[in-house]
Amino acid sequence: MKREQWGSRIGVILAVAGSAVGLGNFLRFPGQAAQNGGGAFMIPYFISLLVLGIPLCWAEWTMGRYGGVRGFNSAPGIFSVIWRNPVSKYFGSLAMLIPLIIYMYYVVIEAWCLGYALEYLTGSLMKGGDVEAYQNFYSQFVGANADGSLLTTEHTRFMVILLITFAVNFFLIYRGVSKGIERFCKIAMPIMVLCALCVLARVLTLGTPDPSQPGQSVGGGLGFMWNPDLQALRSAKTWLAASGQIFFSMSVGFGIIINYASYLRRRDDVVLSGLTASSMNEFFEVCLGGMITLPAAFIFLGVAAGSFGTFGLGFVALPNVFAAMPLGQFFGFLWFFMLFLAAITSSLSMLQPVIAFFEEGFGLKRHASATFLGLLSALGCGFVIYFSKNAVAMDTFDFWVGSALIYVLAMIQTFMYGWVFGIDRAEIEAHHGAHIRIPRFVQYMIKYVAPVYLLAIFIPFCMTEVPKFYRSLAENVVAKYSVMFIGVILVFLLLLIHIAGKRWSRTGAFLDLATEDDVLPVKPLEDLT
Amino acid sequence: MSDGLTLTGGIIMVLSVGSVLTLVSYCLYRVLSLPPVEIEEHLKGMPDIDTRDTGDAD
Repeated sequence: MKREQWGSRIGVILAVAGSAVGLGNFLRFPGQAAQNGGGAFMIPYFISLLVLGIPLCWAEWTMGRYGGVRGFNSAPGIFSVIWRNPVSKYFGSLAMLIPLIIYMYYVVIEAWCLGYALEYLTGSLMKGGDVEAYQNFYSQFVGANADGSLLTTEHTRFMVILLITFAVNFFLIYRGVSKGIERFCKIAMPIMVLCALCVLARVLTLGTPDPSQPGQSVGGGLGFMWNPDLQALRSAKTWLAASGQIFFSMSVGFGIIINYASYLRRRDDVVLSGLTASSMNEFFEVCLGGMITLPAAFIFLGVAAGSFGTFGLGFVALPNVFAAMPLGQFFGFLWFFMLFLAAITSSLSMLQPVIAFFEEGFGLKRHASATFLGLLSALGCGFVIYFSKNAVAMDTFDFWVGSALIYVLAMIQTFMYGWVFGIDRAEIEAHHGAHIRIPRFVQYMIKYVAPVYLLAIFIPFCMTEVPKFYRSLAENVVAKYSVMFIGVILVFLLLLIHIAGKRWSRTGAFLDLATEDDVLPVKPLEDLT
Repeated sequence: MSDGLTLTGGIIMVLSVGSVLTLVSYCLYRVLSLPPVEIEEHLKGMPDIDTRDTGDAD
């Protein structure tokens, strides 16, 4: 089977950046900053970016290309190449489970964004200044009132939107890495920047819309977001929130970067590309998300803007804001269309790791692997759609997989890079074709600091959050079903990996790697271009 | 209620946005000023294949 590859350098960068840029950049980041010291939040945030975010991205890029050059694009294969142990491939199950489960609910949120954008086109979301009206619309739109409500004829329109979203994802993934994902990201990313800049220009020129509320101005909104509360730096919660935000935002530990990087060629750069993709993600988060969302919400809603959660801010507060601002219908459409594009570039990246496994694990053609994955993900998506009441299924998936398991996978990958692959070997591997150099101390940070840092975040996270969600299992049957569903999918993936591993052994896929260093001679670091 | 953007808040905002803009601009400049991959490969000349018989070459 012909190996897939990225078509251009900027293409892979935009694809990785697109996978990282999502709703978290525009909705989660501003909320986290406002709740954890405002501008003071940026100090632990940037420290985490330098200590945890960028180094772990480089590690994933390096391991991904290393495995890809040796013929493996899926995490079980790549882990087997790095750690020649029969057990290693099973760790790769997490790198498929995480994107697959996240896709099952993320595609629903993606459909919300497209649905809201279309509602703005028709003008039905311009409901005046009544916050309650937007809350009711949101609850009805997402089926938060009762399980199974989205399957009634009343929600046919939303189900059609969801089907279209699903179809677009699979059409693009079916076209492949270069003709599907890369080509789409090359178009979508610039459009997202343009849309966001238009909304930013609108927000920054709002002045003081209500003269009777002189505090609720652009300056007040920016102050609400950026004025520092230095006392917050003394709280461990601020540091944990900042680390967590960097972690979630950059898609570290999702199993996505390692898969995308596996489609690079031997001489393709990973260091500059990894840094560029990370910095693009930061651009969307700090320069656009940090300047638009909360300042806009504050100008029209005052300090109440800080009380909304991620979805509340995005789907309740902001529609209220757009209704109040001049040309709000147009800017509302731009905003939700941009969120839809951001979501779709992310959801594509969640499908590719699993498709890659089906192709190389079982020798399936793309149409067969896409069909199989389509059925599997539709099953999970149907589960989330049916159990829509108070979004319990979605929240449970998001907590156990989208929050807890990504720490575990990040720790596994850090261990693979720093301790199994070894930082000396990894440093040489990373610098093949590199256009900038990774400072040596970064290797030590990945080996020694990152695991400790990850544990320092993960342990308090478990202590504060797990008991709460564990209790919900006893109290809510849907939460219990959701965890069981995750368990079944995990067992199914482990079984598939076991079968694929036998097939790889039978076909001698790993035997060829025994002399890999002779076939692919290691160049000294001095060859850095 | 926010009292507007304070001097410290403004400095943090400008430093945060400025440093990210500088980093992304530098990276994009470096990436976009590189020759296309195909041309770059061509300029490198022959692909470096280890033929395992060059150890004692003159």
